[in-house]
Amino acid sequence: MDLLERLTPIEQSVTFGALKVVGVFAIVMFLVAYAVLIERRVCAAIQDRIGPNRAGPFGLLQPLADAVKAFLKEDFMPAQAHPVYFWLAPALVMIPSLLVVAVIPFGSTLGNPDNRMVIADLNIGILYTFGIASLGVYGIVLAGYAARSKYPLMGGIRSGAQMISYEIAMGLSLIPLFLLVGDLNLGAVIDYQARGLFGWLIFKQPLAFAIFLVAAFAETNRLPFDMPEAEQELAGGYNIEYSSIKFALFFMAEYAHMIAASAMLVTLFFGGWTLPFFGLDQPASTFWGGLLHIGIFLAKLLAMMVLFVWVRWMWPRFRYDQLMALGWTRLVPLALGNIVVTALWLWLKAG
Amino acid sequence: MDSQLSQYLPVLMLAAVAVAATAGMMILSMMLGKLGRRSKAKDTAYECGMIPVGNPTPRLSMRFYLVAMLFILFDIEVIFLYPWAVVYRRFLEHPAMANPILFSMVSFLGVLLVGYLYALKKRAFEWRN
Repeated sequence: MDLLERLTPIEQSVTFGALKVVGVFAIVMFLVAYAVLIERRVCAAIQDRIGPNRAGPFGLLQPLADAVKAFLKEDFMPAQAHPVYFWLAPALVMIPSLLVVAVIPFGSTLGNPDNRMVIADLNIGILYTFGIASLGVYGIVLAGYAARSKYPLMGGIRSGAQMISYEIAMGLSLIPLFLLVGDLNLGAVIDYQARGLFGWLIFKQPLAFAIFLVAAFAETNRLPFDMPEAEQELAGGYNIEYSSIKFALFFMAEYAHMIAASAMLVTLFFGGWTLPFFGLDQPASTFWGGLLHIGIFLAKLLAMMVLFVWVRWMWPRFRYDQLMALGWTRLVPLALGNIVVTALWLWLKAG
Repeated sequence: MDSQLSQYLPVLMLAAVAVAATAGMMILSMMLGKLGRRSKAKDTAYECGMIPVGNPTPRLSMRFYLVAMLFILFDIEVIFLYPWAVVYRRFLEHPAMANPILFSMVSFLGVLLVGYLYALKKRAFEWRN
């Protein structure tokens, strides 16, 4: 602590910033690894199997074994593929999915009140997440194009059309929230929700939540909307020609996207790091209180991730025309209607 | 440094970590990975083990192009709505501004709805033949 006090305030903020970046990155990578294990164990339970249980106690070392295996496999690139795009695509999918979490407040304060638990407290908050999250579509389309093969190309193009279609519904579904909150900063969204359990935006905007949840499933390419992969039709879709860690990167990106989507759901609709009981909706004054807030956020995040996994193994896949019809002819008008109703209600209330 | 821009410094740090980790993983797998042999069969495009048929880059449905165009149009509308949503409640507090802020956006959404209905009637959202 002596060392910290000797630094100037700017050096301190940069040091804390770097620590937060490293901490969040480590936690996200850890969650990515264990989300795969959770997925496999939950899937096994639903299908009445045991699931991976050989590596370590309860299969807890399975992610490590998977990683070692991915690194040791042959890194093969087929002759017809375009080499530059082929290498670029997995990185372009992975990097944006890791950057989305930068604006999510994952706790109140830790230690002193200036040390807020968010990597970058941007005033444009939600626009940043939309901007970065939608970059992932480039990587997937590029992966499909780079392989110069039929299945990947179809998977990539399908995925591109799907992701951009649901982005409209996703963007529109959140506007009623910001009509209520009046600020795009995600910290402000959490402050708005810190007024008891029914202050949470899921109770004020249940329709927005439903639309956003469906769009989030489509954006992360999860079942019931996993068109880009569609094992039975395209034998894996855009990632067919990939092997070794490049193949694994697509899956890690999918889970990182899932974590980012869960974090957004928790922040926007479930009050982020707050709990409406025991005064836990106010910024923490002690170090342990700050840790407790981070714990609450992570617990909510895990619950959302289990929901994602649960839905995946309970639902059949939509057909492509049903998927597009749902996005454009159901969710978009519903979201627009929700905006008009919310705006009118606020207008009437204001007199 | 300008405080607006310095907010983005941690984002840059995270981006650097993400790029380094991704590149590191790809380089590590190149160094550790098994060295394979190439063969003619291995180099063909994967089509479930069959010999590839036809053009590797087939012609795609025109509808994908249509969806891309519609996406650009609607996404711009969404971006217009965000600044409006942020200032909406502040405008409602002033009685003189309450009606203009509501009805300007309702009329905008009305125009959008007409375009949407046109696309719907033209069967732009239908994927069944």
